Amino acid sequence: MADRKKFYTGISLLLFILFIYWADSSWDGYKLRIFNLCGIYIILALSLNLVNGFTGLFSLGTAGFMAVGAYTSALLTMSPQMKEMTFFLKPLIWPLNQIQIPFFPALIIAGILSGLVGFLIGFPVLRLRGDYLAIATLGFGEILRVIIINAQGLTNGALGLKGIPKYTTVWWSWGLALLTIFLMVNIVKSSYGRALKAIREDEIAAQAMGINLFYHKITAFTLSAFFAGIGGALLGNLITTVDPTMFVFQLTFQILLIVVLGGMGSITGSVIAAVVVTILMEALRAVESPMTIGSLYIPGIPGMRMVIFSVLLMVVILFYRQGFMGQREFAWEWFSRKGRRHEQSAGS
Amino acid sequence: MTFQLFLQHLVNGISLGSLYALIAIGYTMVYGILRLINFAHGDIIMLATYIVFFGILIFSLPWWLAFIISIILTTIIGVTVERAAYRPLRNAPRISILISAIGVSFLIENLSLVIFGGRAKSFYQPHIFTKIINFGGVSLMSLTFIIPVTAGILLYCLTYLVNHTKTGMAMRATARDFETARLMGIDINAIISLTFAIGSALAAVGGIMWGLRYPQIHPFIGIMPGLKCFIAAVVGGIGNIPGAMLGGFILGLGEIMLVALLPTLTGYRDAFAFILLIIILLVRPTGILGEKIAEKV
Repeated sequence: MADRKKFYTGISLLLFILFIYWADSSWDGYKLRIFNLCGIYIILALSLNLVNGFTGLFSLGTAGFMAVGAYTSALLTMSPQMKEMTFFLKPLIWPLNQIQIPFFPALIIAGILSGLVGFLIGFPVLRLRGDYLAIATLGFGEILRVIIINAQGLTNGALGLKGIPKYTTVWWSWGLALLTIFLMVNIVKSSYGRALKAIREDEIAAQAMGINLFYHKITAFTLSAFFAGIGGALLGNLITTVDPTMFVFQLTFQILLIVVLGGMGSITGSVIAAVVVTILMEALRAVESPMTIGSLYIPGIPGMRMVIFSVLLMVVILFYRQGFMGQREFAWEWFSRKGRRHEQSAGS
Repeated sequence: MTFQLFLQHLVNGISLGSLYALIAIGYTMVYGILRLINFAHGDIIMLATYIVFFGILIFSLPWWLAFIISIILTTIIGVTVERAAYRPLRNAPRISILISAIGVSFLIENLSLVIFGGRAKSFYQPHIFTKIINFGGVSLMSLTFIIPVTAGILLYCLTYLVNHTKTGMAMRATARDFETARLMGIDINAIISLTFAIGSALAAVGGIMWGLRYPQIHPFIGIMPGLKCFIAAVVGGIGNIPGAMLGGFILGLGEIMLVALLPTLTGYRDAFAFILLIIILLVRPTGILGEKIAEKV
């Protein structure tokens, strides 16, 4: 059975890679951008789910970590000429104004730097619990944003960065998304992941069983920050501009929405919800732009998308707290069980 | 810095501090009873300003009547939010209620964006609040004095209610232990509704004063005061009413003094509250006046 499952996984992966290839060569820029965003949001949702869903620490700092990643990768990949043009109010500090490195190392550095920030923040913050942790991480996200606005020589302040090379392709975003899924599945299945779940279920009992709470919390938090940084970097190099207004709490809210919708503590749920929410967000743009149906003119309603999403979140949390998947995961048995049932009904 | 200038900053700081205190009380009362960060509190502040704005603009009410109607309507909204979004989750895990609160906050903000539009509007300032008063070389707007006086009166009434009336006793009992309070014959739901009503009314007063102080309103003005006042409540010791007042004053004075004494750090003004929060949480996780909470196994 195990071999057969691996075979199925391999085949579906191959089919998916073929699908990416087909999408990359035949879709237009707009569709590809949404496809890219799906991959990026998968990474971000998994990053948040590791801390919120699996470890049970309610963190709201994702937007801040994304900002660190996005700015790092942007500053490393922009050409010196472009930087000179962008930083016209105050020049960029040395040596950043001279360097330009390829995308892959820039991504890695972005992730590591973001992870480092997560580690440093985690030290004081992870001593807190529940709501205090939520508000403290939210606070750190805000502090990072205030620093970005004020550190003009490094981030160009409120003006943001423009002309970031568009390196993110579907291969990058989905490749890294698949890698993240693979890593997450392995983390969650390992004894380390089981320790995280134990902490989620009952911190004191977990401690009594000999689990080092602080070690597990801080590594989960750092890993989460690392992935958020990678996601932020991919996002920055996809839309080619970053500015402080991008990384407000609303961005964290969107990712939280994905995690809650998919089910806190389900990788499969996060992946499905990331794709569904990203596509919905684009599809619902129609509500916000003016429309003419025949002779009827409907003016656009700005803000309507977020209203719909907040209502969606409220409905899920009030009436269907588990989200799509609860804490369950995808398994090949789904099909075989269904298949068996089918056989039985056919036989009787 | 001259003494007069210092005095001016001091008065300003106290004024802002009492405004923060007024809003922080709402957080601290709700947290004391439900153990919930009411993220929608900041949006209640915003709604209060919009109700005044439309009351004066569309129904051309006199300003004081608009204020009163705003306070009443906001109170109803606050109680409704509790009934619709928090009560169904009374027995759910804490994270669910917190997410629900975040959801309500986003819903109110974006619904307001849809209904009121995103463009900032100017809040009507009655003349009596903008008169300049000269006070021994220090000239300040009358509002600067009206805010702490109003806040003082309201907070006195509230403290009296909580400490010396039967209702107040029921509130304290509910905050201490839900189940036991219920067994003692206290109507928990009524007490929680009352808590939200008082908190929202104070937020409405705070919001109106916020509008008078910073007379530009848009659907997102509630976010920053909302977060800062929550921080004020935590700094003072959440669940503790005198603590919320103290926290509000520390935050208000600190912010004004930071800008006054270190003008180069003006850009970091909004980060001040968060840095203060993190320092306090590290040194005294239960806040300045908070009691130590024993860990329940």
